[in-house]
Amino acid sequence: MLTRENTVNLVLALLLLAAPLAANALGQPFYVTLATRIAILALAALGLNLALGLGGLVSFGHAAFFGIGGYAAGILSSHALSYEPMIFGLPGTVQMPVIWIVAVIAAGLVALAIGAISLRTSGVYFIMITLAFAQMVYYFAISWPAYGGEDGLSILVRNQFPGLNTMKPLSFFLVCYVVLLAGIGLFALIRASRFGAALQAARQNETRVATVGIHPYRIRLTGFVISAMITALAGALYADLNRFVSPSMLSWHMSGELIVLIILGGTGRLFGPLAGAALYVAFEFALGGLTERWQFFLGLILLGVVLFARGGLLGLLAGKAKHG
Amino acid sequence: MTLALALEQLLNGIQLGVMLFLMAAGLTLIFGVMGLINLAHGSLYMVGAFACAAVAAWTGSFWLGLIASLACAAAAGAIVELAVIRRLYDRDHLDQVLATFALILIFSEGTRWLFGDFPLYLDIPALLQGVVTLPGDATYPVYRLAIIAVGALIALGLYLLIGKTRLGMRIRAGESDREMIGALGVDIRTLYTLVFALGSALAGLAGALVGALQSVQVGMGEPVLILAFVVIVIGGIGSIKGALYGALLVGVTDTLGRFLLPQLLALFVDPSQAGMIGGAMASMLIYVVMAVILAVKPRGLFPPAHA
Repeated sequence: MLTRENTVNLVLALLLLAAPLAANALGQPFYVTLATRIAILALAALGLNLALGLGGLVSFGHAAFFGIGGYAAGILSSHALSYEPMIFGLPGTVQMPVIWIVAVIAAGLVALAIGAISLRTSGVYFIMITLAFAQMVYYFAISWPAYGGEDGLSILVRNQFPGLNTMKPLSFFLVCYVVLLAGIGLFALIRASRFGAALQAARQNETRVATVGIHPYRIRLTGFVISAMITALAGALYADLNRFVSPSMLSWHMSGELIVLIILGGTGRLFGPLAGAALYVAFEFALGGLTERWQFFLGLILLGVVLFARGGLLGLLAGKAKHG
Repeated sequence: MTLALALEQLLNGIQLGVMLFLMAAGLTLIFGVMGLINLAHGSLYMVGAFACAAVAAWTGSFWLGLIASLACAAAAGAIVELAVIRRLYDRDHLDQVLATFALILIFSEGTRWLFGDFPLYLDIPALLQGVVTLPGDATYPVYRLAIIAVGALIALGLYLLIGKTRLGMRIRAGESDREMIGALGVDIRTLYTLVFALGSALAGLAGALVGALQSVQVGMGEPVLILAFVVIVIGGIGSIKGALYGALLVGVTDTLGRFLLPQLLALFVDPSQAGMIGGAMASMLIYVVMAVILAVKPRGLFPPAHA
């Protein structure tokens, strides 16, 4: 069905594909990298959007999962390149699909633990507890020297994807783009599923959900874990994009930025994270070119969006969200 | 491990706890009265530290700097409340988080603009330099003891202010029923601005006091802010009493954990390993404590009765 929102979404998706193709043809690999950054940040925010937008769970600690994904990529590839086995004698790997699986499983397990405790609370408590748990992971990464500690861990050669040369910016972009589209597809499927309906209903009216025999806690925990897994996948890609992973991926600024991306784009919307990420990276690029103090103006813009333009970019372009 | 060393660490823990209390008291007061979650509280801490360092460098007097830190942080708080925060009271927590996150960006970059990228330094005032001797022949800086005393005084002052004065009565009334107190003719908007300025001044004071112990730099408020969040979550959001106990618990646990865990582990593994693992475990310790407390009492140790 070609509603106004679908048209905007389609244009966004095509633009994100067309821009780097054109940039590559014109010999401007920098813009391809910029588009890759958009795709990866969009995927990370898409994961958070599942918890925040659908489930109403304002997680201020998704940087933890983003960083765990990043460290999965960094640690696995460093072991593969040094031929040192990891714990239990398992070898490292430079194959992206394997790294992705490890990243997703690791983040899922951590999210299960964090979620199990955090979801006992709600509202402000939930925000602060997720933040505190993410800080715990952050300080752990800083004080554990085996993988670089505060200095971070370099990925000497970008990890490989079967049949592609990922060192070519365009190839790596295409990998990220396809993963992003798959993520968006998964999000749409979940939103339309019975589980998605229950998750959204738990946000709107917890008591009613419990009355019809659904346990809101379990629904939320499942949503939280899936959400963390998607964000971790983005983290693994992000580490490969920068060929570097450091505790800054785990910092609470990162958690804040992920929420910002969603709000800039439009909360709970399918393409909100993509719109938000595109807008954010564009701001960063345009303002960063003008002044070193671009974050000052980013703050002003963000304040303006929160106070006066609550629907985000998609709200502006595609009208109010259909789903409440 | 000697007794003197342990006592010194315990005092350090209490001193950290007292600083955290100054931060947490403002945060929890603002949440209790206005229902607002303020991420920019750490920025007000930074404002206090910068104001103190700048004025102390300019006039040569730490005490004038301290007054400036209170005044600047309170003024910054009042301005922010009037311009931004007041529009957020009716919004959900997500909007509050985002708007105050935006304020952090503005404050941090604004401070960099004014003071440059390099940290400032603040000297301990002559009156409070020197050390006292503890039992067991250890020495302890007077300045840190003074911080503990200031914190105790502030805690007492807050207790009297909230419990015994008319303003405190209004603040408590605002916590339990804001429509009602408005209907009774109390100017609730001015009250909110006052409470926000008070919380800001406490954060600014904390920043100025700590400024003499470490370098004054952009971003210094954020680690403290997050510890203060842990404190108020443990204590029960909205409870000043909870903030006091939570702050001391977090301060002492964190400091003693960093001191004791490596030594404890050294009994089982070799010392270099123990230092590494112990350090990593100690940095996570307070979050583990928080998780345990929340698992038992999801609303903190002293949840406010009305919430």
